Amino acid sequence: MRWIWIDKFVEFESGRRAVAVKNVSLAEEHLHDHFPGFPIMPECLMIEAMAQTAGILVGQARDFAEKVVLAKISKAVFFDFVRPGDSLRLEARMDMIADEAASTKGRITRDDELIAEVDLMFSHIDQNLAGKKFPEENFVFTGTFTSLLRDVVLEAAQSGESAAESGR
Amino acid sequence: MAMSRDEIFQKVQEVLVDALGADDDEVTADATLMGDLGAESIDFLDIVFRLEKAFGIKVPREELFPAEGLLNNPELVSNGKLTEKGLTELRENVPHTDLTDFEKDPDINKLADLFTVNAIVNYVDGKLNAA
Repeated sequence: MRWIWIDKFVEFESGRRAVAVKNVSLAEEHLHDHFPGFPIMPECLMIEAMAQTAGILVGQARDFAEKVVLAKISKAVFFDFVRPGDSLRLEARMDMIADEAASTKGRITRDDELIAEVDLMFSHIDQNLAGKKFPEENFVFTGTFTSLLRDVVLEAAQSGESAAESGR
Repeated sequence: MAMSRDEIFQKVQEVLVDALGADDDEVTADATLMGDLGAESIDFLDIVFRLEKAFGIKVPREELFPAEGLLNNPELVSNGKLTEKGLTELRENVPHTDLTDFEKDPDINKLADLFTVNAIVNYVDGKLNAA
């Protein structure tokens, strides 16, 4: 993953679901052209945000051993414009995961309003494409994204500790 | 779970409409997945996932779509055609597919035409009724 388009994870249940937040800012340059005087977040970038949320969910499920690549947008339906200042909540759920691929279901909301439904498929490319060879290093999951998960994992660990303490 | 062929066909049709964005009337028994319905490689996995859910069965991918494994083996493919050994393997792998026409000219490019809607119905029929 070479660029990060989500701001942070707020929930992460390994192999099951992940929730990330993306804050939309007018400082993002593409909003100046899309459109002049009427800035709205391009739908393709909502798909990208979901692809990152769901892609990391899929990657983490196999301990980042697989090269996870977006292979198919099974569904993408949008219900409202997204404007600068909006805070998007991206929830990805694992639908199926197998050796070769995974499918996810996703909902994007703003406050409690449904903004989009985005269902995706990811390929574990080393297990596919008729034996084509890819570089050994995992060029999908490089170091840049790990900080994204660190916070949510740390928080989970801490809340686990405090729950254990209060149990005493 | 006993299901008639018609019921199986209907569910397979639904699966393919959802997975490939095809229209109901395009998904006929003889339609080929790649040629007629425009399936690409990732769609085969999508179809496998959806079949597993729709019918509550386990579908090892190489069982339903065995071509990729064959194509990488030089013993089984020569000059773009399946060898006798390759044909034997293919027959064993896809008992639910009619190979009569293909055997006359086993060009690997035509393997795609073997994957018809009917082949999937046969496969699911075999799975459900063998169990």
